[in-house]
Amino acid sequence: MVAIGVYLLIPRDEGAALLDRAVEASWTTAAPEWRGRLIQDETQKACSQYRNAPPKAAADAILAREKASIVYPADGNLMGDWRKGQALAQSGYGGRFTDVPPRADNGGNCYACHQLDAEELSYGTLGPSLRAYGKDRKFASAEAKAVYERIYNPQAVIACANMPRLGSSRFLTVEQIKDLVAFVMSPESPVNQ
Amino acid sequence: MPARPTIVALLLLVLAAVPVAASDDTEKELEKYRQMLTADPWSNPGLLEADRGEALWKQVRGPNKASLERCDLGKGPGKVEGAFAELPRYFKDADRVLDLEARLVWCMQTLQGFARADILERPYSGANQTGTELEALATYVALKSNGAKFAPHLEHPKEREALALGEALFFRRQGPMDFACATCHGDTGKRIRLQALPYLSKPEEARAVVGEWPAYRVSQGTVMTTQHRIADCYWQMRLPLVDYGSDVTIALTIYLVNQARGGDITAPAIKR
Repeated sequence: MVAIGVYLLIPRDEGAALLDRAVEASWTTAAPEWRGRLIQDETQKACSQYRNAPPKAAADAILAREKASIVYPADGNLMGDWRKGQALAQSGYGGRFTDVPPRADNGGNCYACHQLDAEELSYGTLGPSLRAYGKDRKFASAEAKAVYERIYNPQAVIACANMPRLGSSRFLTVEQIKDLVAFVMSPESPVNQ
Repeated sequence: MPARPTIVALLLLVLAAVPVAASDDTEKELEKYRQMLTADPWSNPGLLEADRGEALWKQVRGPNKASLERCDLGKGPGKVEGAFAELPRYFKDADRVLDLEARLVWCMQTLQGFARADILERPYSGANQTGTELEALATYVALKSNGAKFAPHLEHPKEREALALGEALFFRRQGPMDFACATCHGDTGKRIRLQALPYLSKPEEARAVVGEWPAYRVSQGTVMTTQHRIADCYWQMRLPLVDYGSDVTIALTIYLVNQARGGDITAPAIKR
């Protein structure tokens, strides 16, 4: 078993080293503060290596690590302003090198991948439809907490989920995530009409 | 030329009509729009870039006062016909695997004597600009393989190494969004907003789209090369600007071309 493990590990490590060297050599004009984006964290490494299908031990390690990174609102209130969440869900602004210096707050870009408000027809399908998400869950407060966690860090729930870790990466603020939770979970939100 | 603004205006009208269509009809409307894009192949502004590229190819230019007519794209000096179908490939003189665009830079440097920094000063055109020299040249060379099928070279160890690298890169997650190429191009029938996404690890889907590039993009009013297409994906992935002709873009190109092996080259296609 040990011999097989070593045999499998060597080419993978060599491949990974080759890959890192190619990446290092292919972004020579990147500013130092941007170069960090090319370096993978442990979770990105594992999800790349296992092509988003990690074995149980690796998946458990990801879930534990990512869960530990979630920060909850100090006052315990998870629901913000659904109207602000509605605007955030539309905005795909932020994080590109053409977005520097920032001209607006980062957006959640939810519609790139999810259906939400039935009135918005320009929605993507990379993620599941979230239409009537709160209504279908009877607006339960435990569900609001689950939505907060899924936005803050989807990999705390599904190891190697495709969705960005919007809270843990600090792409969105706690207040913005609360507004998105309200957009998905509030009875008044167009998502639930 | 006068046909172009009319076509663009017409297509924008169709695009504008899409959001008001009933949800069930969205895909049908999009399909109608796609058909309009390709209905008359001679209305393709990408062909103008190919013409410009051909003139540039034959023009005596640069410090060495030479044309590119002795440029070896892999099938021998000056042989353009069918060359794009076999790129990227290993070039002994460069001791490197090069894609079409990196090879064009190589020839402009070695044959015409241009400085690399000058060639790459403005590699990509902006919206509604005339194509850059590299874009025009790439479009011309690709058009000379229009109708051929991709037949990538994988005999040389460096070609196989580049392919393995490209495959690993396709699945490499990185950056603030954790995106890999596979995040958007790893499943069938997915969309970003209304934009359909090809599943590029699936040969049938890769064959349908990889040979379309360099392509004329209606939304940009200009041609976009494979190099630019990949650089734009990395921009969307929130990474810095990837180097022109880098190991990463060449490796991804050889991966895509290998997925599209046997697929028709339809460049320059007309895209959204």
